[in-house]
Amino acid sequence: MISALINDLYAYWISVLLMMAGLYIVIDHSNLFKKLVGLNIFQTSVFIMFIAMGKVDGGTAPIIEKGYTVFSNPLPHVLILTAIVVSIATTSVGLALVVKINKHYQSVDEQEIEKIELQE
Amino acid sequence: MTALMIINMRNILSVIMLGGIYSLISAILFVVLDAVDVAFTEAAVGAGISTVLFLSAFAITGKHHDLKRRNHFPALLAVLVMGAGLMYSTLDMPAWGDAEAPVHQHVAPRYLEDSYAEVGVPNIVTSVLASYRGFDTLGEVTVVFTALIAVLLLLGAIREDEDQS
Repeated sequence: MISALINDLYAYWISVLLMMAGLYIVIDHSNLFKKLVGLNIFQTSVFIMFIAMGKVDGGTAPIIEKGYTVFSNPLPHVLILTAIVVSIATTSVGLALVVKINKHYQSVDEQEIEKIELQE
Repeated sequence: MTALMIINMRNILSVIMLGGIYSLISAILFVVLDAVDVAFTEAAVGAGISTVLFLSAFAITGKHHDLKRRNHFPALLAVLVMGAGLMYSTLDMPAWGDAEAPVHQHVAPRYLEDSYAEVGVPNIVTSVLASYRGFDTLGEVTVVFTALIAVLLLLGAIREDEDQS
């Protein structure tokens, strides 16, 4: 019973674990670069969740070719393709903000920025 | 595993490099899960462009100190609560790889059966992306354009500051 459950759901659990790791980095680390890397991990965990849902046992990549009849679901692939491109766009805006923050405070560390704010 | 390494890393440069490696590993995972197009994109965009952007921003910001430790019990608690909730909700998910799952019942069979006749591209992901869900792609381009404008505004303002001073 339990082993069947693990066999059925472990792909989702992997993405949940990655999501936990990403969220932990975002909350816990005060360096803004590291926060953005954590955000990327968080996003990728969602991608893995979607792609795992599209997988069909015994299926191949959804490209029509003689001799293959079982394909994985192409719809999640399309959605995640879009999401990856959007994620790079948001990451680049985030990095531009970090550069701007560094210009203003001479620091990319949240705690140091807080100290500077309190002094002002 | 790489994600766990990233949590413990202190040096920002190694965090960025490990982020690239992590993206590459997830691209390999996408190949295993039959999503070859997604794997291409992840390897090019996630591991390539993203790492380059991080490194150039890192180079611009200049001086760096290694990270400091602080009390991280509240964060750990919040993450564990969220993780437990998500784990519990996966119990309702259909079994992994099940061909009868609701995901595969709605529009996907139509794409698989008719897209070659209707669009004429053997790669179904391409035909769905460019034809059936073309508006999504238009929206995606809009987002990228907006992001480009935002980045140019933010970084262009810095350049003006330099000109004035």
